[in-house]
Amino acid sequence: MREKILYAMGAAAILLLVRNIYAIANFPPEASQGMIFKIIFFHVPAAWTAIVAATTALVCSIQFLRTKDFKYDAAAVAVTEVGLAFLAVNLVTGSIWGRVIWGIWWTWDVRLTSALVCWLLYAGYLMLRHAIEEPTQRATFAAVFSIFAFLDVPIVYFSIRWFRTQHPGPVFFSSNGSFPADWTMVMLWNWVALMLLGGVILAIRLGQEGTQRDIDYVRRTAHAL
Amino acid sequence: MNFARLVFVIMAKDLRAELRTKEAVNASLAFAVVILVLLSFVVEANDVPTQVLGSLLWLVFAFAGTLVLNRSFAREVPNDCLDALIAAPISGAALFLGKSLANFVLVLAVELVALPVFGIFYNVRWTQQFWQLMLVVVLGTWGVTIIGTVFSALTVNIRLREVMLPMLTYPMLLPALLAAMELTGSLVTGAPINGETVTWLKLLIGFDVLFTAAAVTLVEFILVG
Repeated sequence: MREKILYAMGAAAILLLVRNIYAIANFPPEASQGMIFKIIFFHVPAAWTAIVAATTALVCSIQFLRTKDFKYDAAAVAVTEVGLAFLAVNLVTGSIWGRVIWGIWWTWDVRLTSALVCWLLYAGYLMLRHAIEEPTQRATFAAVFSIFAFLDVPIVYFSIRWFRTQHPGPVFFSSNGSFPADWTMVMLWNWVALMLLGGVILAIRLGQEGTQRDIDYVRRTAHAL
Repeated sequence: MNFARLVFVIMAKDLRAELRTKEAVNASLAFAVVILVLLSFVVEANDVPTQVLGSLLWLVFAFAGTLVLNRSFAREVPNDCLDALIAAPISGAALFLGKSLANFVLVLAVELVALPVFGIFYNVRWTQQFWQLMLVVVLGTWGVTIIGTVFSALTVNIRLREVMLPMLTYPMLLPALLAAMELTGSLVTGAPINGETVTWLKLLIGFDVLFTAAAVTLVEFILVG
């Protein structure tokens, strides 16, 4: 049953992506940016997915500390890994866009810097997990770190925003021009597709964590004997 | 014993242990001086403004501070002292605050020696706004210490502890360091804290309060599980 749902979700994600890419390819080039603007249909939904993932990781971490149920620990690590992948997509697509529009791969702008710091924080979470051997300690420490990381992200964002308003950054495309309604719809549908894709990867990752826990259990039993 | 007394006992114990060997403080101080010397190659060659020098100072503090913080919980591992401390009738919060205060005193001591050295090497008249600078140093150091002490507890048992601690600490500290850098940069040029820079002071205080509260709430999970 679980497998079938997974396949269905995967198929829906692929269908949606194909449909969206077709729609996006048919959009006319944007007036001031040309073709490269189309990257936004992946860039922005990837960021939203990453934010959803970070929030879910927070909830799972708190739940783990409350219940000590390893199900939540597995969910926290799986969702963090998936979120990190989507954040990486966001950073890379943003960088490609920046190269075309600004002429530079990277600038220490508010959003770029805070996204990167966020990525480093959650990468630190995974590194911390890899370094701790004992499963209960690993889960507890990682959960505490995840809560700290989530608290830190908004402060990072606002601190860099104040910093950048004091030091004028490079001038870039900043029109708040209207985003046509049908474009917004495609963007939202693409978000649905990416969320589905993320859900599938998440489920696979959760399965691996379950297997890992079984192996840990067998190993502990073997030690005890 | 009441809570404050317990905190004091732990702090006194840590300070006494450190002052008998002086291993962490000496290493940290020597490291701070080495970095200050290395910075001279950048500073002398490029005529760096005083404001930037004040900011660079916090990198020195953060690097040197990590050496002290690394030892904080690691010192308790041989002879199973950490287990004894956790088994003792002390709340995790008292143990944590005691250790944080001891670290705070040690890191602050290193900084107060490094400050005049910095002033002499780079010909900066850092005493112009002495008390305001001290306020920023105290607040910034508390931020570094509180995060550093929590993560020192998180990383105490793991491989590559010396690498992991800064890896986890610096991204998390970004808002506090940024605020301290901005404030110190303008204070060493002689400008007092004014309407423009007071935002950074508020950010620094907010960071300290938030993470002290989070750390005290979550430390029981780290120590006891």
